[in-house]
Amino acid sequence: MFTSPHITRATSVRALMVKVLVALVPGIAAYVWFFGAGILVSIAIASAAALAGEAAMLRARAKPLGLFLGDGSALVTAWLLALSFPPLAPWWLVAAASLFAIVVVKHLYGGLGQNPFNPAMAAFCAMIVAFPALMSQWPAPGLPFDVQLGLILGTSRPPDAVTAATALDALRTGLREAGAKGSVPAVLASGPAFGAFGGHGWEWVSAGYALGGLWLLQQRVFTWHVPVAFLAAFALIATGFHLADPVRHASALFHLASGATMLAAFFITTDPVTGSTTARGKLILGAAVALIAYLIRAFGAYPDGIAFAVLLMDMWVPLIDRTTRPPVFGHTRK
Amino acid sequence: MKAQLFRFRGGIEPEAHKDASAGAPIAPSPLPPLLVVPLRQAAGTSAPRVRVGEHVLKGERIGNAEGPFAAAVHAPTSGTVRAIEMRTLPHPSGMGGLCVVIEPDGEERWIERDPVEVRALSAERLRERLRDAGVVGLGGAAFPSHVKLRRGGAGECCGTLVINGAECEPWITCDDRLMRERANEIARGIAILAHLLQARRVLIGIEDNKPEAIAAMCDTAAGAEVLTRVVPVPTLYPTGGEKQLIDILTGIEIPYGKLGPDFGVQCFNVATAHAVWRALELGEPVISRVVTVTGNVERPGNLEVLLGTPVRELLALAAPRPDTDRILMGGPMMGFALPEDSVPVVKATNCILAASERLFPAHPPEMPCVRCGRCAAACPERLQPFDLYWFARSRNFGKCQEYSIFDCIECGCCAYVCPSQIRLVDYYRYAKAEIRERERNTAAADAARRRFELRTARLERDAALKAERLAAAAARAREAAARLAAAAGASAPEQEVGAVKKALVEAAVERVRAAQERAQER
Repeated sequence: MFTSPHITRATSVRALMVKVLVALVPGIAAYVWFFGAGILVSIAIASAAALAGEAAMLRARAKPLGLFLGDGSALVTAWLLALSFPPLAPWWLVAAASLFAIVVVKHLYGGLGQNPFNPAMAAFCAMIVAFPALMSQWPAPGLPFDVQLGLILGTSRPPDAVTAATALDALRTGLREAGAKGSVPAVLASGPAFGAFGGHGWEWVSAGYALGGLWLLQQRVFTWHVPVAFLAAFALIATGFHLADPVRHASALFHLASGATMLAAFFITTDPVTGSTTARGKLILGAAVALIAYLIRAFGAYPDGIAFAVLLMDMWVPLIDRTTRPPVFGHTRK
Repeated sequence: MKAQLFRFRGGIEPEAHKDASAGAPIAPSPLPPLLVVPLRQAAGTSAPRVRVGEHVLKGERIGNAEGPFAAAVHAPTSGTVRAIEMRTLPHPSGMGGLCVVIEPDGEERWIERDPVEVRALSAERLRERLRDAGVVGLGGAAFPSHVKLRRGGAGECCGTLVINGAECEPWITCDDRLMRERANEIARGIAILAHLLQARRVLIGIEDNKPEAIAAMCDTAAGAEVLTRVVPVPTLYPTGGEKQLIDILTGIEIPYGKLGPDFGVQCFNVATAHAVWRALELGEPVISRVVTVTGNVERPGNLEVLLGTPVRELLALAAPRPDTDRILMGGPMMGFALPEDSVPVVKATNCILAASERLFPAHPPEMPCVRCGRCAAACPERLQPFDLYWFARSRNFGKCQEYSIFDCIECGCCAYVCPSQIRLVDYYRYAKAEIRERERNTAAADAARRRFELRTARLERDAALKAERLAAAAARAREAAARLAAAAGASAPEQEVGAVKKALVEAAVERVRAAQERAQER
């Protein structure tokens, strides 16, 4: 090469993606520990479909297959998708969602780096709208692997006992069924879905995600802005509602430890491609996702609102980026 | 005395590699068989003032400064002018320029040197001296020093003189060695600069990875007339960028398009200060400079090199390893690969860096930008490099300018940190060149349009005048015909016919003449 700079730091997109995958391992381990190995099958199905979709699209778009298949971005999408889906969702649902994420959401918009919407979240929204029943098929703790496998492969029908509502779902249903006299403490005390802070078992999965996320932060894969803004805003909003009406609204701790909060804080909202790029923009984005997600949880039609909140805010990113550019060197004092 | 430091945002910490040559004292490089001295070594060109075959003395002026941004060029040694011809210059484009080729006679006979008493001369005379001694910024920009020493209107003083000894580029150690070995001379040059600028204080910024240089400069600072502070600055590329160093030391951010004096601050490199001292107190023009020769070589070092020495000769002294595949002038962050190794060392040459695949591996293939924002975090100018990349790539040059592409100093931090290994700076260079080209074209088109409009207006005016004249002639002809007819009465019809004919012929002749004039105008 004849132009400067003649040196670059030894870093690559692939290295970034591999770090994200490694950071997901603690969360996955906790998942397997509490809910069985079914999630691993789900991850494998999503990964295979994502890679197949990626390869087909790269070929169709005449892009170098080896270079782009190896960048790891399809795997990250697949893993995040599998982790946000119910692990007992049938294989074809996971595979279709994975293909949708890669083919439609990613490649039809131009492939790596070009997609305006988070592929995993877009696929999640598409499927929860299209197949609401299948998308609420969550495992009860301690479900044997062969039963899980049967459900995933569609060889057995789900008996009611094996699936359970998530903590957010159970809280929502509990409150609705109890009507005017229902209260959060009463519902939380009643069901087996609840643990010490959030959903039983889920609180440890969330802790695993947080651990991996903090490692990514330490590795400077992303900056602190989005996770801090997101978690702080979420805690603040939940605390506000909880203090105003503790009977109808769960505490901040419950919200942080339940659902996809931690996955979103460190792995979804921090997606560089679809997220904001400026420091102020990241703060705005994180806080706005938290606000929308909370409002959907508390007042909307879905138990968890992270995916919708992320997609809604992705639409704003170009405007946010444009208006939050830092002043160029020397242009501060005019 | 601990000075308060300001910190610019961004920057990177590449491996320094300074140890390779930092320990080697400055050694004179031997006289090469031929010296090739380009006449253009600063922003402006110099005009040759010698003829082929003429004998020149060491330090004799061979090129006069032409225009406001030029400085003089001198014979680096005594010898005979063998040619004045186009040669390849050390420039990334490989462009050529007029060079004076001198064959040394080996006697190193100096012209009569004319040292000056600095306090005895006016600032104007001193600046002329510096221009005629060919003093330009030796940090790499080669901007004529006498231009930077012009004070603002009404002789207002420049509050702070910043001396740049940061030397933040990896591998380069020439300023480090100069400060260690010639601190006193640098200090005297600084005193002259401070005097010329009427500076109230001097801040000498040196990266903290050069403790010996800092110590040496501190020793001289104590005896300075003007309040002088040596400030160790953090080792962070590009601290040595003029604007970045001024920011770190004074907290003043100088935007693109503005100059230091607008903010009461001016900046010179340590090597420039040394050259100023040499030019005024010894009467020796800039004919040599310290160059670091390092990289993929067996004997890296720092050499005092005569300007015009072919890079090939210089590199041979350091014994390049056989796998050397290209030669860089300057450091690995902002230097450029030489088009050929016969190009000469010039005033802007601070480092000759032998490169190999092992030291500077080829770039991995470029991946798409994933908007990770590392480039923005590394950019010392607080630009949004990924946005500029996007706009430059889509040839959206209006947006490039809206996002301040000309504030980019091409330091390369963004490309250094990019995980997608995008050669970002190349995109900015391309966009800048395109924008400049378009502006030139627009200016040329505007000038052409103005010319056309003026010409059209002139033609219209002339045509109107002629139409008036024509109408007047026709009226005269009609009048004459009427008079004739009246005078003749009804007596002779032939006469009447003849007079009318005559008048009509006169009018026709007048019309033809007018048409011919018009044709000539065109």
